[in-house]
Amino acid sequence: MKAAGSYSEIMARKAEIMKSSVGIDYSSYACGRLSFDYEKMLDDSGYSLDAIAAIQADTAVGRTPLVELKNITSIAGLCASRKGKPGNGARIFIKDEAANPSGSFKDRRASLSAYEAKQKGYPGIAAASSGNYGAAVASQAAKYGLGAIVVQESFDSRGIEQPEIAEKTRACEAYGAEVLRLSVGPELFYQYLLTLLETGYFNASLYTPYSILGIETLGWEIANEAKVRTGRFPAAVIATHAGGGNVTGTARGLIKAGASDTKMIGASVDLSGLHMASDHDFNRKSFTTGHTGFSIPFTTWPDRSDVPRSAARPLRYLDRFVTVTQGEVFYITQALAEIEGLERGPAGNTSLAAAFALAQDMSRDEVIIVQETEYTGAGKHPMAQLNLAKKMGIEVRRGNPEENKPGSTIVIPERPEQIAVKDIDLGRLKTSYLKNIVSSIDRIEDIEAADWDFLAMETRLSEEEVCSRLTKIIEEQS
Amino acid sequence: MKTIPKGSLVEIGITVMNAGNRAPQVPADTQKVNMEMLVKGILTADSRQGEEAEISTPTGRLLKGRLIAENPPYTHNYGEPISELGAIGRELRAMLKEKEELR
Repeated sequence: MKAAGSYSEIMARKAEIMKSSVGIDYSSYACGRLSFDYEKMLDDSGYSLDAIAAIQADTAVGRTPLVELKNITSIAGLCASRKGKPGNGARIFIKDEAANPSGSFKDRRASLSAYEAKQKGYPGIAAASSGNYGAAVASQAAKYGLGAIVVQESFDSRGIEQPEIAEKTRACEAYGAEVLRLSVGPELFYQYLLTLLETGYFNASLYTPYSILGIETLGWEIANEAKVRTGRFPAAVIATHAGGGNVTGTARGLIKAGASDTKMIGASVDLSGLHMASDHDFNRKSFTTGHTGFSIPFTTWPDRSDVPRSAARPLRYLDRFVTVTQGEVFYITQALAEIEGLERGPAGNTSLAAAFALAQDMSRDEVIIVQETEYTGAGKHPMAQLNLAKKMGIEVRRGNPEENKPGSTIVIPERPEQIAVKDIDLGRLKTSYLKNIVSSIDRIEDIEAADWDFLAMETRLSEEEVCSRLTKIIEEQS
Repeated sequence: MKTIPKGSLVEIGITVMNAGNRAPQVPADTQKVNMEMLVKGILTADSRQGEEAEISTPTGRLLKGRLIAENPPYTHNYGEPISELGAIGRELRAMLKEKEELR
């Protein structure tokens, strides 16, 4: 390696490295003490929804099948009847995003970054991703003749790899990418910055406007296809929620299609109690994304991402946020294979597990749409994950999912009616968001006029409500 | 240690950060271990396993590190069938059949 700057030196140059590697001057969108012009930042990318759809179609991204899961819907209806709710059991559809070139919806996110990098003359594109996004970036780079570097958090200090990430290493390398595999720790970002600095590659961050706008086609397709197939927009669309991009882009696409009344639901796997930067905990989780370890911090502080201003702002779009357990996701993954003939996931099935439970509270003439599947394969499969769990001493058994304990017990439901969601209180997350954003403010008078409107948009609360919560927060701080 | 010939696909290891010198926000267990990095590429000169070697990566970058392995295999797999998942399909098909019969 070339002589590298120290951790603190490189981290201090973050803003400068980001500016040159994504070509966006984030400081130009700043307004007020706290706020920035979100819509202008997205608009300035210059890509309309039609233009994005055309760019994606050019590399066979998007236009994936929308599949009705009739057997799973039947089981949901039966469960609802058994619970004394006859007539319930909404129709469940799934958008088969595994049909994208690299096998997941992440191709939509990578497509615009690769196109932009090519247009602007960057020699290659890079991504920090241990999951499907890395493979999507590698695949898109291959199509555009760009170099690709993917930085992954891959193994613990004993050298044990997460099987899902091992499969992504293989996939990225299959597409010709250079893969930097790292042991556990957030300093991965330091290595990533060093790599950007050294190569001059485009940073295909998951949080730039390109990455979010690329998902809008997914929401748009879902709204329009559902209308053609069922006569109206869906009652709800559910997305697996991690960094917030999936929820944000999908909801924006729904709105652009006119489906403003469709509820946007986020679903995460409950991994509470496991530390995301812990070497010990790394292989004691069966999901490497779509879990609360990402979704809670990114929902309450979106700008913790690798760019100064994240284009993923989940609190602006979430109508509801629920969690399910690892065992419930494995159960529904098995169901999807065995009664629908679709071997997919498992990570993409987090929202399917939640949809299965939620459908039982909806009427049979309503429609709920799970907005993604992902490909499966060796490593990226419940068998591989549960074999790793057993090797790490985690108990795996059938039982009541309420007994599931992240890191120590994975409970596969005994009966489908045991699958349930737990609601995360969005009101509390909004307060946490406000606490994070005003941590640098001592007096409420320091908040400027532009900030009030921004904070109301960010939290979907009235300015009065924002003011009342902030007054309390600032009082507690001082 | 054996010599691996120039032109071989190999993996090298680079220590990015040493234990005790990790970022301040890292939890205690992670503080105690090195941050290691593994990269694959083509060996630019005959090199001895375990010693420093240089590779050319798929993007054409030249990186130096400890020569770990020649032609390292992908070892991830499915593993044994999971008995706790084995009965789910049968159970659900029985429920679907029961529902059919109710009609």
